[in-house]
Amino acid sequence: MKLDKNKKIDLNEVLSNLEDYRPKRKGWVWRQGLPNGTKLGEYKFDQISENLKESIPLPPAKFFDNIDPQPEEIITSEIASGRFEDDIRRMRMAAWHGADHIMVIRTLGQSHFDGLIEGTPEGIGGIPITRKELRATRKALDAIEEEVGRPINFHSYVSGIAGPEVAVLFAEEGVNGAHQDPQYNVLYRGVNPIRSFVDAAVAKKIMAADSILQIDGAHNANASSRVAWKVMPELLVQHAINSLFSVKAGMQKEYIALSTVPPMTAPAPEFRLNFVYALTLRDLFKDYKFRAQMNTRYIESDLFDATRIHVLDTVLSRLTKADIQSTITPDEGRNVPWHVNSIRGVETAKHTMVALDGIKELVGPNLDNLKEPIRDMKIRAILYMEEIVNEGGYFDAVEKGFFVDSGFFPERNGDGIARKKNGELGANTVVERDEDYFAPVCNHFGYNNVPDEYEKACDAIGGCTIEDPAKIKYIDELDENDNVESRMAPHQEPEEKGLLKPEVEWKNDGLVQLDLTIPDNPDIAEAAALEIARKMGLDEPTVISKTVLHPAEGTYLEVKGRVSFFIDRNKLKIAEKPEILSANEIREYLDEHPVHVVAGTVGNDEHSVGMREILDIKHGGIEKFGFSYTYLGTSVPVDKLIDAAIETGADAILASMIISHNDVHIKGMRQIDQLCKEKGIRDKLILIAGGTQINNDLAVANGMDAGFGRGTHGIDVASFLVKTLREKAQK
Amino acid sequence: MKKERFEERKQQLESLSDEELNTLFWRRADQIVDPLAKLAENHTSPSIERSVLLRMGFNSLEAKEIVQGIFDLDLLGKGAGNILLTLSKELDKDYLQVGKEMIEGKHWKTVEKIFKGVE
Repeated sequence: MKLDKNKKIDLNEVLSNLEDYRPKRKGWVWRQGLPNGTKLGEYKFDQISENLKESIPLPPAKFFDNIDPQPEEIITSEIASGRFEDDIRRMRMAAWHGADHIMVIRTLGQSHFDGLIEGTPEGIGGIPITRKELRATRKALDAIEEEVGRPINFHSYVSGIAGPEVAVLFAEEGVNGAHQDPQYNVLYRGVNPIRSFVDAAVAKKIMAADSILQIDGAHNANASSRVAWKVMPELLVQHAINSLFSVKAGMQKEYIALSTVPPMTAPAPEFRLNFVYALTLRDLFKDYKFRAQMNTRYIESDLFDATRIHVLDTVLSRLTKADIQSTITPDEGRNVPWHVNSIRGVETAKHTMVALDGIKELVGPNLDNLKEPIRDMKIRAILYMEEIVNEGGYFDAVEKGFFVDSGFFPERNGDGIARKKNGELGANTVVERDEDYFAPVCNHFGYNNVPDEYEKACDAIGGCTIEDPAKIKYIDELDENDNVESRMAPHQEPEEKGLLKPEVEWKNDGLVQLDLTIPDNPDIAEAAALEIARKMGLDEPTVISKTVLHPAEGTYLEVKGRVSFFIDRNKLKIAEKPEILSANEIREYLDEHPVHVVAGTVGNDEHSVGMREILDIKHGGIEKFGFSYTYLGTSVPVDKLIDAAIETGADAILASMIISHNDVHIKGMRQIDQLCKEKGIRDKLILIAGGTQINNDLAVANGMDAGFGRGTHGIDVASFLVKTLREKAQK
Repeated sequence: MKKERFEERKQQLESLSDEELNTLFWRRADQIVDPLAKLAENHTSPSIERSVLLRMGFNSLEAKEIVQGIFDLDLLGKGAGNILLTLSKELDKDYLQVGKEMIEGKHWKTVEKIFKGVE
């Protein structure tokens, strides 16, 4: 399957012939770091990896030769809307923005499903992880990684009561990373503690054999404890239990990643706590990998608040160490994440990491001040473990509610999560292996009485499914209604007819968002916002975020609602793009006819970047084609601009107007036109306006000959000038 | 842990170097984890046995039914794969075929005869 960047991914092709599809490769892949001092554009970097073949850079990249440095760390995007077929398209978007670790959350309740789910049922809060869903997604990701030119690690969860089977499924289907932590099952999923650990050892060994990276689940204690920072000593203990258990199950340390979250956030003085904790953890677990997750504990519905928190979390990653930087969509607190917010999450991580390239060369921890708190943290963790041992071991400690207690050890508040050793889901299902126990498969953890006639266990069956994928039994669908084909069917006709709806999550969901500032108190503002949305024709309007600007003066709200109608893409009027002349044609004209322009940012406006881009040779501005120019700078009065044009005998005026408050840009354009007319030179001069809020129609309507908006390059302006001058000459 | 006990132990640990503290951290972790790993080594579960059958080429629905039957007979400790292979030899049939027939209710008596000595 091959993707064309100008076409949407063909989901029918993804879903066809899945019974024969095999993953292109298996196992976890890290990014390939580039040597220190590698140059991209004009800049040297120490912590970047290979460029992508196709990507969308950060918004300011256009001012930096469009470079898109990829940090050396893996970037995660969690994508799981409930419908994997819609997630595939978002995975492609995320990959273009720099995500190479796609994490699929499982549907609510899959942990308690005693076996594998088959087919493609719709999920709630995640995806039912099935063979068909994994295979289809892997197939799409195989094509997407070819398109962007970097391996994409596909990830989900080996947790719950069917861990070993899920591990086999992942190994067979080319899943590259997985959460696996028996403590997570015990504490948060109510799975019997004995079952959890016995299953986990087998699952881990299977993962290890296929180089599947493991991420643990300790960080959940942050989110579950009443006061996040107080569980820091326990977090060290939880990480240690899972890490060491994994090693004993056969995993190599470089495939074990600790999932760690900075526990605190402002308005607490977060770095005092987070920095000490992060350094302690990285010191104790030197040989392991780190997956830095962002804090979600205190985020509600404010996207900007979430983004600020995530930037600081990523700063901490770069100041310490992270091998994987995970991202959380800023809207997680208010709805199933939307497409754009997955991308924003990735951009936040990429931006922060690139911004802090080489930061450790410039600043470092003041160890004189940190030594004592780090030792204190370690001692608390050690004594925490001594207490577990003294109480009879892990299972007894869990029964007594040692874990996720909100007290700062040794303080205990008695609000921990207690689970019975012989209770909970799957209790009494673990059986001792008899002396003649035999499992005819390799990489099987634990006692295995392989008969003498076989050199290795799987000789008994001539190799297992992981060695010989032809043996895998593929089940397509079990439910004739709840499946991907029936979900996609209603969209087929609109798609064929070219009918479009906006979407944030699922195909044709029709969801749109309104931003409103209502000059009233929050209660009135909320009711007013909903009424406005209804009057605008939105179905099911809901307030998704509210910011009080002042108790009486105003409230800012974000409202979502659905549009019920389709738009026909074939009947849309697309603004015609002006024809661009070739660079040679422009140069040839300039050789024969020298052209001079006068340029400046008019009014009380100090923005100069856009204009320099249009003028300067090094930015590909008009200078490079042979135009000469007089640049008057910023905040240039209109009359000065025109006088300069008269004095220099210019052919054109290029006026930049970035500020648009109170329509000052429109007034500016009219003023230039008017003054030129008054001075009797309007016919002699080509007047061009440019700025972020300007477009050609607006400019022409206000007396200009042309207007240029965002994304304009020197050649656009140069083409227009040459064409207009030619036409004038003909007249 | 009582506060006094904690303070007392903390005092003792303060004399350790940073490196010794790290070593002690991992020694304590091992004291917790080692019994868990030993437990896992000589136990199995329905999910573990289903995972073996998946790797032998059964689909998930088949694996579930076969393992449930073996669990109900209290024979999981033999290993589900072991039971299938032993039966396959006994009946001189492909083990995948034997598994399908077990799902249809066949051969369970033979299983009990071989593994429990029940006539």
